[in-house]
Amino acid sequence: MDFNDTPEEAAFRAEARAWLEKTLSPATRAAFSEDEPLKAAKAYQALKAGAGYAGLTWRKSVGGRELPPIFSVIFGQEEARFQAPVGPFAIGLGMCIPTMIAFASDDQKKRYVAPALRGEEIWCQLFSEPSAGSDVAGLKTRAVRDGDDWVVNGQKVWTSGAHYSDYGILLTRTNPEKEKHKGLTMFFLDMRSPGVEVRPIHQMSGGSNFNEVYFTDVRIPDAQRLGEVGDGWNVALVTLMNERLAVGGSNGPDYAEILELARNTPAPAGRGSLLQDQAFREKLAAWYVSAEGYTLGKYRTMTALSKGQTPGPESSIGKILNANRLQDLTNAAIEAEDHYGIISDPAIAPEQAVFQASYMWAPGLRIAGGTDEILRNIIAERVLGLPQDVRVDKGVAFKDLPTGR
Amino acid sequence: MNFDFSDEQKQLKEQARRFLADRSDRGVVRSVLNDAGKSFDQDLWKAVAEMGWLGAAIPEEFGGLGLGKLELCVLAEEMGRALAPIPFSSTAYFFTEALLKAGSQTQKGEVLPKVAEGGVIGAFAISEGPGAPSPGSIQTVFDGAALTGVKIPVTDGDIASHAVVLAREGQSLSLVLVDLRQEGVSRDTLTTLDPTRGHARLTFRGAKAERLGAAGEGWDLAEAVLDRAAVLIAFEQVGGAQACLDMAVDYAKGRYAFSRQIASFQAIKHKLADMYVAIEVARSNTYYGAWALSTDASELPLAAAAARVAACDAYYLAAKENIQTHGGMGFTWEVDCHLFYRRAKLLSVQAGAPGVWKEKLVRRLETKNAA
Repeated sequence: MDFNDTPEEAAFRAEARAWLEKTLSPATRAAFSEDEPLKAAKAYQALKAGAGYAGLTWRKSVGGRELPPIFSVIFGQEEARFQAPVGPFAIGLGMCIPTMIAFASDDQKKRYVAPALRGEEIWCQLFSEPSAGSDVAGLKTRAVRDGDDWVVNGQKVWTSGAHYSDYGILLTRTNPEKEKHKGLTMFFLDMRSPGVEVRPIHQMSGGSNFNEVYFTDVRIPDAQRLGEVGDGWNVALVTLMNERLAVGGSNGPDYAEILELARNTPAPAGRGSLLQDQAFREKLAAWYVSAEGYTLGKYRTMTALSKGQTPGPESSIGKILNANRLQDLTNAAIEAEDHYGIISDPAIAPEQAVFQASYMWAPGLRIAGGTDEILRNIIAERVLGLPQDVRVDKGVAFKDLPTGR
Repeated sequence: MNFDFSDEQKQLKEQARRFLADRSDRGVVRSVLNDAGKSFDQDLWKAVAEMGWLGAAIPEEFGGLGLGKLELCVLAEEMGRALAPIPFSSTAYFFTEALLKAGSQTQKGEVLPKVAEGGVIGAFAISEGPGAPSPGSIQTVFDGAALTGVKIPVTDGDIASHAVVLAREGQSLSLVLVDLRQEGVSRDTLTTLDPTRGHARLTFRGAKAERLGAAGEGWDLAEAVLDRAAVLIAFEQVGGAQACLDMAVDYAKGRYAFSRQIASFQAIKHKLADMYVAIEVARSNTYYGAWALSTDASELPLAAAAARVAACDAYYLAAKENIQTHGGMGFTWEVDCHLFYRRAKLLSVQAGAPGVWKEKLVRRLETKNAA
């Protein structure tokens, strides 16, 4: 057992770190125009692709380097150290373009993969709908064949980055006479097509990180279909394969931050600091164990990757742990501040109000990319081998399924 | 990054699992449970000694296999899974670690070879009454040559040949090594929640004893031994918790209610998923403890505390929810659920209860964060 890179990994890490140091030094960062984050991200992505650090695991034929996944993890770790602006490309390069590589024609791959890799074109993923979240195969957005085109009507929701995306992959219902999972078809489309309207969602946290996307008689050429008609579900599974890994990362304040807060906050009993309060100390121990469980679990995943194994659905654990710890810990931090805890103004709240902001973000984290409940089902079914719940939609045409709100 | 056991260590684990499935099946465990006069399985103890496992982490110069702590960790996990009714933890974790940590060359040379061949059963005696012990609470007295006082409970104290005892010496505390086969020592067998392991009250009346380690360093040495034992016990706990989850999964698939497998109900699936998550959190933390133990890293005290807290939580959850998944059958004597429920409780208090370790964890975390 050791926590060291192999010599090959260490060499790659050193090379990546040197490149990041040079590329993202404070001086060069300034040139990325900090007040325009998207422009800065695109400039960074272009340099990254130019230096050969984009698409590390992809096949050489599509511009990749065919490196094992561990190298992608290492580069990601180093990027995190330097706070590299990679956010806008996560969904496109992590989910959409791999779907294109698997299902698009050679000409289309030639046209779309490289510009995405260079950050010139951004992609979004259009799956979730108002009535199809956890049960995404219940979606209703309709695509109807009309000559060489399909005509799309409907609504998508929770689409990250739709407002700045150039293209999207879109899951539609093409045959409501068939069973739920069998009447779906996947397309890609230009987000500037006539009839596409993007509206930001006003989240409970106050911000707007996601969008609703409305489709009104949007025409998509049949040539932009991905996979066979009616085979959209299997195409979507390829897209979703990496989502939970992508969303599983650590977010917001953790045990170290609340430990520091507790050091400087009076205990509820009125004697000493909160850090000396026994009830608080017990909770702190539990958060530490959970945070370490996540971090060390990632090391186990990295070890498996390093040995060329593919990590399984057990990575679902990470998001359950992190999202719930964040909610619990930020709640405790606010209550520790007592009446003052209600203040969410970063100018006067402790730690720039990071606990208050994360308290309002945590409910979303427990839902995004697979709810706590769906992740438990995945662990139960795919790790422990338990049977699926009884299905009431088997053998029933989609149009005959009961729908609620 | 190589945060996993080696192929050889995994083979050892597989070998131990097969061996214990055969030699420590539930019939063997129950023979100890059901016989009030029997507190361990002698045949199993002999067989384990013959495999060399008692000396797995004892250096070759003291008659052991000299394999290392990681090997002992994988053995511990399988001992826990099999509920092995033998004084393995008392002897191979607490007693051996105490000798390795604090013993003189002579003491190690005299005792450890006998441990490795199975001729010495060791115990570790701290507790004297209800509540967590503290430096001020220890009443047993060592005068430099003789030991006087009462230790209760001592796990495997009824069958041990030797014990390491925490005792007051002058103004401070020392660890003391005592041969229990002498007139100055009497033992009373105790009724406990886990009859698959022996427990006793040990009464010392001027018993001949010798110091283990420096005078006055008893408390710190005991803490160091507990850190090491906590990691190894955590592996037993993970093994036991995993056995509970395996049992629950198996039962839920085969049991039908409302004309379907109860394993298809989300109430059951989510319960079992939560057990899995708790076990994986414990497993990751115990692996880190194993790394720290095997390299004697400065991270050991914090890693051991985290491993212990996580493993206590996971085993308690898995043991109680395994009973719940089994329904009424789980509450019967015949079904094995209660064996784990009993062992889970023993292991969660034997090396200091979770509350004690949460406090240790935070104290160690404060130190680390201040540094």
